[in-house]
Amino acid sequence: MIRIRVILFSLAFMAWILLTWSVHVQNVFVGLVVAVFVSFMTADLFTASPNIFRNIFRYLWFLYYIPLFLWECFKANLDGAYRVIHPDVPLNPGIVKVKTVLRSDTAITILANTLSLKPGTMTVDVDKEKGYLYVHWVDVKTQDVDGATKMIVHKFEKILVRIFE
Amino acid sequence: MNDAIGFGFIVMGIAFDFFGCLGLVRFPDVYNRLHSSIKCITLGTSSILFGLFLIEGFSACGVKALLCILFLVLTAPVSAHVLARSAHKFGTKLCKGSVCDKYAEDKDALS
Repeated sequence: MIRIRVILFSLAFMAWILLTWSVHVQNVFVGLVVAVFVSFMTADLFTASPNIFRNIFRYLWFLYYIPLFLWECFKANLDGAYRVIHPDVPLNPGIVKVKTVLRSDTAITILANTLSLKPGTMTVDVDKEKGYLYVHWVDVKTQDVDGATKMIVHKFEKILVRIFE
Repeated sequence: MNDAIGFGFIVMGIAFDFFGCLGLVRFPDVYNRLHSSIKCITLGTSSILFGLFLIEGFSACGVKALLCILFLVLTAPVSAHVLARSAHKFGTKLCKGSVCDKYAEDKDALS
């Protein structure tokens, strides 16, 4: 528990310093007080297993994930802009069900966020016990659970498993 | 040079924001409108902020812009998810051309 608090304290303090961008005594003191308060209040919400912070490969996979995510986000924007300026507004929407193998809270959150920002999909609800995500898809290609999983989730899931699980 | 690239990013961001707002008007129902607003406006606003960072450099203003990008990317999809979920729970129907609604089927099966 103390290790989680130290990690959380340093993150909060770093965010404070970046946000104020000055090392004046007053700022640093208030930052210390706030960071201690935050780390004591929210330590049990943070993560269950601090050991995953030690593995260097997780950071490398995360670095690989960022450009992939940005590229998908950019493609999503071009796709959205195309659908908006097309005279007929080409839509084929529906809510499909996809399956995920991820179990930890952080991983499912990041997966749902990524699906919301990738082209054509948006997460509507998560069923954590059974591992299902309900995804609103602008251009439904298949209504089958396995087919939709392969088309929507698979690409990100195999990287997120390496980062968070 | 940094100024020129920064202004380029800002122009790109304004264009994407414009398309996002246009989507809010043109798309038929709440879910499709959320699509357009969440994608275009997240990246559009992020690139405006990134352009500001390139112009300002590592100063108080530029670093705040970078942090804002981080918070925006983390929180905007969550808010879209909450809006879509609450709209569905409230009973908002999908628009007329919709193909399937597995979420409503599963909810009916449970209740």
